[in-house]
Amino acid sequence: MTAIPLLDVRDLTVEFQTRRGIVSAVQHVNITVAKSETVAIVGESGSGKSVTSYAVMRILDRAGRIAEGSVMFTNIDVRQASEDDMRGLRGREISMIFQNPRAALNPIRKVGRQIEDVLLEHVKAAPSEVTEKAIEILDQVRIARPRERYHAYPFELSGGMCQRVVIALALACRPQLLIADEPTTGLDVTTQKTVMELVVELTRSLGMSTILITHDLGLAATYCDKVVVMEKGHVVETASARGIFTAPEHRYTRKLMRATPRPGVTLRDLLPEEETPSAPVATITKLLVADRKPLLVVEKLLKEYPRKGVEGVGGVMTKLLHRSPAPEPEIFRAVDGISFAVHRGESVGLVGESGCGKSTTSTMVMRLIDKTDGSIIFDGEDIGEIPAKQFAKLPMRRRIQMVFQDPTDSLNPRFTAARAIADPILRLSDLKGRDAIRARCEELALQVGLPVEFLDRFPHQLSGGQKARVGIARAIALKPDLIILDEPTAALDVSVQAVVLNLLQDLKESLGMSYLFVSHDLNVVRLLCDRVIVMKSGKIVEEGPTERVLFAPEAQYTRDLLAAIPHPTFEPVHADATRVAAGS
Amino acid sequence: MTDIAATPRPSSGLAALFRHGRYVIGENKVTGFAFGLFIIIVLAAVIGPYIVPHDPLASDTAAALKGPSAKHWFGTDQLGRDVFSRVVVATRLDFFIAVASVALVFLMGGLAGVAAGFFGGWTDRIVGRIADTIMAFPLFVLAMGIVAALGNTVQNIILATAIVNFPLYARVARAEASVRREAGFVQAARLSGNGEFRILLAQVLPNIMPIMIVQMSLTMGYAILNAAGLSFIGLGVRPPTAEWGIMVAEGAAFMVSGEWWIAFFPGLALMVAVFCFNLLGDGLRDIVDPQRRT
Amino acid sequence: MLGMILKRVMFAVPSLIGVVIVTFLLTRALPGDPAAYFAGPAASQEAIEQIRVKLGLDKPLIVQFGNYVNDLAQGDLGNSLTTGQPVGKEIKSRLPASAELTLLGLIVSILIAVPLGIAAATHPGSLLDHTCRVVATAGVSLPVFFTGLILVYIFYYLLGWSPAPLGRLDVFMSPPPQVTGFYLIDSLIAGNLEVFWSSLKQLILPAATLAIFSLAPIARMTRASMLAVLASDFVRTARASGLSPYMVIVTYAFRNAMIPVVTTLGMVFSFLLGANVLVEKVFAWPGIGSFAVEALIASDFAPLQGFVLTMAIMYVALNLIIDILYGLIDPRVRLEA
Repeated sequence: MTAIPLLDVRDLTVEFQTRRGIVSAVQHVNITVAKSETVAIVGESGSGKSVTSYAVMRILDRAGRIAEGSVMFTNIDVRQASEDDMRGLRGREISMIFQNPRAALNPIRKVGRQIEDVLLEHVKAAPSEVTEKAIEILDQVRIARPRERYHAYPFELSGGMCQRVVIALALACRPQLLIADEPTTGLDVTTQKTVMELVVELTRSLGMSTILITHDLGLAATYCDKVVVMEKGHVVETASARGIFTAPEHRYTRKLMRATPRPGVTLRDLLPEEETPSAPVATITKLLVADRKPLLVVEKLLKEYPRKGVEGVGGVMTKLLHRSPAPEPEIFRAVDGISFAVHRGESVGLVGESGCGKSTTSTMVMRLIDKTDGSIIFDGEDIGEIPAKQFAKLPMRRRIQMVFQDPTDSLNPRFTAARAIADPILRLSDLKGRDAIRARCEELALQVGLPVEFLDRFPHQLSGGQKARVGIARAIALKPDLIILDEPTAALDVSVQAVVLNLLQDLKESLGMSYLFVSHDLNVVRLLCDRVIVMKSGKIVEEGPTERVLFAPEAQYTRDLLAAIPHPTFEPVHADATRVAAGS
Repeated sequence: MTDIAATPRPSSGLAALFRHGRYVIGENKVTGFAFGLFIIIVLAAVIGPYIVPHDPLASDTAAALKGPSAKHWFGTDQLGRDVFSRVVVATRLDFFIAVASVALVFLMGGLAGVAAGFFGGWTDRIVGRIADTIMAFPLFVLAMGIVAALGNTVQNIILATAIVNFPLYARVARAEASVRREAGFVQAARLSGNGEFRILLAQVLPNIMPIMIVQMSLTMGYAILNAAGLSFIGLGVRPPTAEWGIMVAEGAAFMVSGEWWIAFFPGLALMVAVFCFNLLGDGLRDIVDPQRRT
Repeated sequence: MLGMILKRVMFAVPSLIGVVIVTFLLTRALPGDPAAYFAGPAASQEAIEQIRVKLGLDKPLIVQFGNYVNDLAQGDLGNSLTTGQPVGKEIKSRLPASAELTLLGLIVSILIAVPLGIAAATHPGSLLDHTCRVVATAGVSLPVFFTGLILVYIFYYLLGWSPAPLGRLDVFMSPPPQVTGFYLIDSLIAGNLEVFWSSLKQLILPAATLAIFSLAPIARMTRASMLAVLASDFVRTARASGLSPYMVIVTYAFRNAMIPVVTTLGMVFSFLLGANVLVEKVFAWPGIGSFAVEALIASDFAPLQGFVLTMAIMYVALNLIIDILYGLIDPRVRLEA
C-alpha cells in the first residue's frame, strides 16, 4: 500500500493575525487521505479542525496564512500554487459543504442557476446542456420534482433540501475530494441520517474521498474509515474508526469517548477516568419515589397561532388579489391537545425533532406564554388560568424555574454572574441585605461547582461551561420544585456536557427537585430521565419508562428516531477500558 | 474541573470605569483625537466668550473687510467685527442648540422607540405612525416648515431639529429593544419575578444605552448642520447674533468678490465640529458593536 | 408582481394623507393669527379681515380642511403675495430647474460613490479603502452651503474656470424651446449646442456641490454592505466552488450588496431635497428651493406652504418608486405575497 495519498498534509501550521498578535490555530498537523477513503476529523470547539480544511483549500480568512508545513494534493503543492491554479482545483477537484445550508446559498439566485454557475466555470459545455445537467444533478441528490425546483430560491426550500442543493453544488463536477464541515449540525436527527447516507452513497459511487469534520464521535465512527482526533490545534491520535472506538489510546480521545452519551453507560461513566465524583448526597428522591403524587398535570393542552399574512390590511389585500380561495388552514397548531404528568422527584424527558411542539409546551408550562386551551395544574393549583404577564409577580413563580439552552443568550451581558444569580433572590425571596444575599450566591456557586472568584465576572469573561453553571445556579436559587431544562447542554462541548449532566443529576437528588427535560438528543435523555414522552407535530406519539421506550419502542416514529442515531457497528467501549492491544 | 476563561478585570466601581474609559480612548487613535477635539469645543463653548480678544458685537466700519492679520486673526466682516471672536462665541450657541436638540430627541424618540420595541402592540403602531408621518417629508424641508410656522426663534430650531430626528432615533431604539425582548435573559428575568417595566428599565435599557450614546453623538453633528442650514436661509437665528450658519450667509455675498474669510472661518468651524462628533460617534460605535464597523 | 406593486402603492396612501394633514396643520394651527400671516407684514387690519374671509379662515377647522383638500385636488395652492401669481403655476414652472440640478448631482454621485465603495470593500486596508472612509466621514461633515461657496471661490474667483453663479444660463442667452424643461435635454433636441454648453457650464458647480454632499452616505453604505456580503456564507461557498473573481464579486456579492443601498437611497433623497434649497440659494438657481427662500424673506406664506407640500408629495412618490425597485430586485420580497 505505497500508493501516493490523494491528500498529504505534513507538519501544517496555520497562523492568524489578530489584535493580540499572531495566534497559531493549528500546529504541526499531519493528515493523509487515500483514494476513496473517508476520514473524520473530530474535535471540540477551538480544536482547529475547520481551519485545517480551509487551509487545504486555501480559503483562509485574509488574516490567516500557512506558516509552516506542506499540503500536497495528488502532486500539486497547494502552498505554492498560484491563485488561478487553486481556483481550478476548487469545485472541480476539491469541494466543500458547510454547516447552515440555507446561509450557504445565494438568497437571490435560483438554485438551479447556482449549480449551473459551477458547471460553467469548470466544464466546457453549451448553456442548454448545462441546464439539463443541473436538473440531473438535482435529481441525483434526491430532490423531488427537480425540473420545478430548479427555479426555486433558497428561502422556498426546507433546511434538508437546502443541504441537498449544497451537496449538489459540491459534487457537480465530480471532485476527487469532498470536505464536509459539520454538514449535519443543526439538522434534525432523521434529516441528519438521510443527508449522511446520501453523502456516503454518492461519494462511494463516484470513488471519491471524503473528509468529515465533526464534533460527534459517534457520527465519525459510523460513517468513516479513519478518524483523526484534534485538540487545541494538534492532532492527538489517528486510527481506524474501529480502533478509536474500541481502544482509544490518547488521554484526550479516551475522555471524548467516555463523554459521548451512548447506550449501555451511566452518567458517571461519562466523566474522565481521573475524576472521582463525590458520592451522591443521601437521596431525598428515594423517599419521594414512594410518594409519587403528580406534581404537574397537563391536560389537553392546546396552542394555536394564526398563520402569517392573515391579519390586518395586508391580509385583506392578499385575499383580494388571490383569485382562488386561501389554500391552507389559517391556524397553525403548535401543540395539539396533549396530556401528561410529572411526579415528584421524577425526571421526565420530552423529545422530538424541531417543530414538534416540545419547546412551546415547555414555555407554556413555564407560564411565559399563554395557552389557547387545556389545563396546567401544578401541585393542585390551576396555573394555566393565570395570564403569563401576571404570573411573574406571584409567589408561585419561585416553584417553577428554567435552565435555558443558550447560556450566552440567557445571561444579561451587563450583569455580573453574582448579580444574575441574585436576581430571583432579590425579587422573590425575603432575603435582604447585601451580605446575606452575597453569602447565598457564594453558597450556590459552590453547589454548582463555580469557583467563587468567578462570581464577579461578566458573561463575556466566562467560558461556555461556566455560563451554564451560572444559569443553573440561578435556577436553583429559590429551591424550586420543578425545573424545566430546555436543551441545556446542546450548545456545550461534549466533555463539558458530561460534567454538566452529572451536576444536574446530583442537584436533582440533593435538592429533591423534579425535572422536565426537553431535548432532541435521545442518548442524553436516556442517561438523565426516568420517563420519556415522544412528540411529533404537536401530538404525543409515545410515552413510558425510558428503558422501555428506548429499547422496545412501540411507535414507528420512535423507532425511526432511534434508528437515525448514528451507531457504529462495533462494540462500544467499556466503562473501565484499559489499554487493549489495538485491532487491525 | 477547570474551564479556561479570559483574564478577569477589576470589579465594578469608579476606578474600573476610568480604566475602561482610558482603554476605550487609547485603543483607537482616531477616537482619542476626536475626543480631544471634543474637549476643545466644549471649552470654547464654556469659556470662549470670556477670553476672546474683541467684542463680537462691536462694529468698526473703518476696519471693515480686512483680511486675516495679527490683530484680527480671522479678519473682519462687512461691519468691522472681528471674525475670530464671533466664531468662538458662536460655538456656545451652536453647541447649545446641538445638545438641547439631542437631549430632547433622546427623551422623546429614545423612550418612545424603546417602549414600542419592547411592548409592541398599540404602542408600536402609534409610534410607528408618528415616525412614518414625519419620515414622509424631506427632513430639512419639514424643519423649514416648522420654524416658519411657529416663529423665528432658537427654541423653535431646537424643537424642529428634535422632531425631524425623531424617526431615526425611535427606529434605532425600537430595533434594539425589539431584539432583546425575546432574549434569553429577559425570559429569565420574568422567571425571577421581574415585572415588565422593571425589566425594561433595569435590564434592557442598560444594554441599549451604549448604542443610543453612539447615535447621540452622530445626531449632534446633524443637529448643528441643520441649525446652520436653517440660519443660512434666514430662519431661526437673527443678526447680529453670532452663529456659524448666519455668519456664512452674511459672508456668502463677499465670497464672489474675494473676501473669503468672512464665510470661510465660520464654515470651517462648522465642519470641524461636525467632523469631530461624527468621528467620535464612529469610534464609539466601533467599540460598542464591532460588527457594525464602517 | 402586479400585486406587489399595488400593495406598495396602497402603503403610500397613508403617507400622502399624513402629509396633507400635517401641512394643513402647519399653516392653520399656528400661534397667533393665520390670517395675519397670509396677509403679510404690511397689511392693515382691514386687509387682514378681508384675507380671513377670502381664505375661509373664520370657518371651523374641519370645513377649512375640506376646502383645503378640495383646492389641492384642483391644483389650487393659493396666490403669492409678492407676485400675485398662483403658487401652483410658479412651482410648476420652476420645478424642472430643481429637478435637472438634483438629478444630475445624484447621477454623478452614484457613478462615483458606488464603484468607490465596492473598490474599498474588495481591497481592505488599501489607499482606496482609506480614501473612501475619509471621504465618507468628511463628506457627511461638510455643510452643503459651505461646499458650494468654496467651490465658487476656487473655481470662479480664483481660477476663473467657471462662470458666475447667476443662474441656469449665461446672461446673454435665452433658454431653448420647452420640451421637458431640462435645458440640457431641450437644447440637444433643438440642436442648439451653444446653449447646451452654456447650461452645462452653469450646472457643473451646483451639481458638483450636491454630488459631494450625497457621495458620502452612498459610498459609506456601499462599502459597509459590500463588506458584510463578502464575509457571508454564500460568498464563501462561491469561492469554495472556484467561481471566477468576476462572478463572485459582481454576480454574487454586488447584487446582494445593492439591496440595502437601494433602500438607503430613500434617505439620501430626503437629504438631497433639503440640500437643494441651500444650494439654490448659493448659486441663485431659479428652482423651487429659492422660490421658497424668497417667500420666506418676504414673509409670503402661501408659496411656503405650497413648497413644503410639493416637496413632500414628490418625496412620497420617490419612495414609492424605490420601494417598487426594491421589490423587483429582491425575490424574497417579490414572492412574499
